[in-house]
Amino acid sequence: MLHTVNKSPFESTSLKTCLGLAKSGSDILLIEDGVYGALAGTIHTIMLAEATGTISVYALGPDLKARGLPEDRLIPGIKVVGYDGFVELACANDKVQSWL
Amino acid sequence: MSETKKFMYINRRAPYGTVYPLEGLEVVLIGAAFEQEVCMVFISDGVFQLKQGQDTIDSGMKNFSPTYRALGDYEVTRLYVERESLEERGLTEADLMPLTWEDEDDDWAEKPSIHIVSRTQLSDLLEEQDVVFNF
Repeated sequence: MLHTVNKSPFESTSLKTCLGLAKSGSDILLIEDGVYGALAGTIHTIMLAEATGTISVYALGPDLKARGLPEDRLIPGIKVVGYDGFVELACANDKVQSWL
Repeated sequence: MSETKKFMYINRRAPYGTVYPLEGLEVVLIGAAFEQEVCMVFISDGVFQLKQGQDTIDSGMKNFSPTYRALGDYEVTRLYVERESLEERGLTEADLMPLTWEDEDDDWAEKPSIHIVSRTQLSDLLEEQDVVFNF
């Protein structure tokens, strides 16, 4: 299943809830303000860093760029994708769950 | 205007996820015409509004971050950023846009607008205000 998260982990518990319910082997794509969850060195970094072992975590490049977050500031293991990558992830998974 | 009041605009939200930051910035610029004693505060995800290097070209949104540079010309010269909010987000002052204003009482010397303050300092500052807006 593909999970998308569009809220900042500092403002909402949606990333935490998503990580608690996502099965091993799932894909998580951070979009919009959700991309702040990809930042290394924050109070929420450990939560996502631990998940990257069993879950593939992606962040949407255009949303990172808009917010001034370069790739070298992200948690290692998070893959940056474009809108084409978003489409590929949606097609590759049988279901999409949006944690709005 | 007979009386000058202390106005504080508190910015608590990340720049593009909602329209609050953009609308708040416009209110500050419009309000500047009334010549009040104005300051802005950036706390929680609001600190992301001042992040350097915002580039919305690929996402098709409006990049309003250059507008913060105009604040000095509108005599909005005090932008307080909470240190704790930066630290929680793995940011330092070096991650923020360099914003300055020109002091006409000091031979137009360029001075920094951004002041990093502690939560305790901010709490005292809040108490001094006559009017507080939240965005």
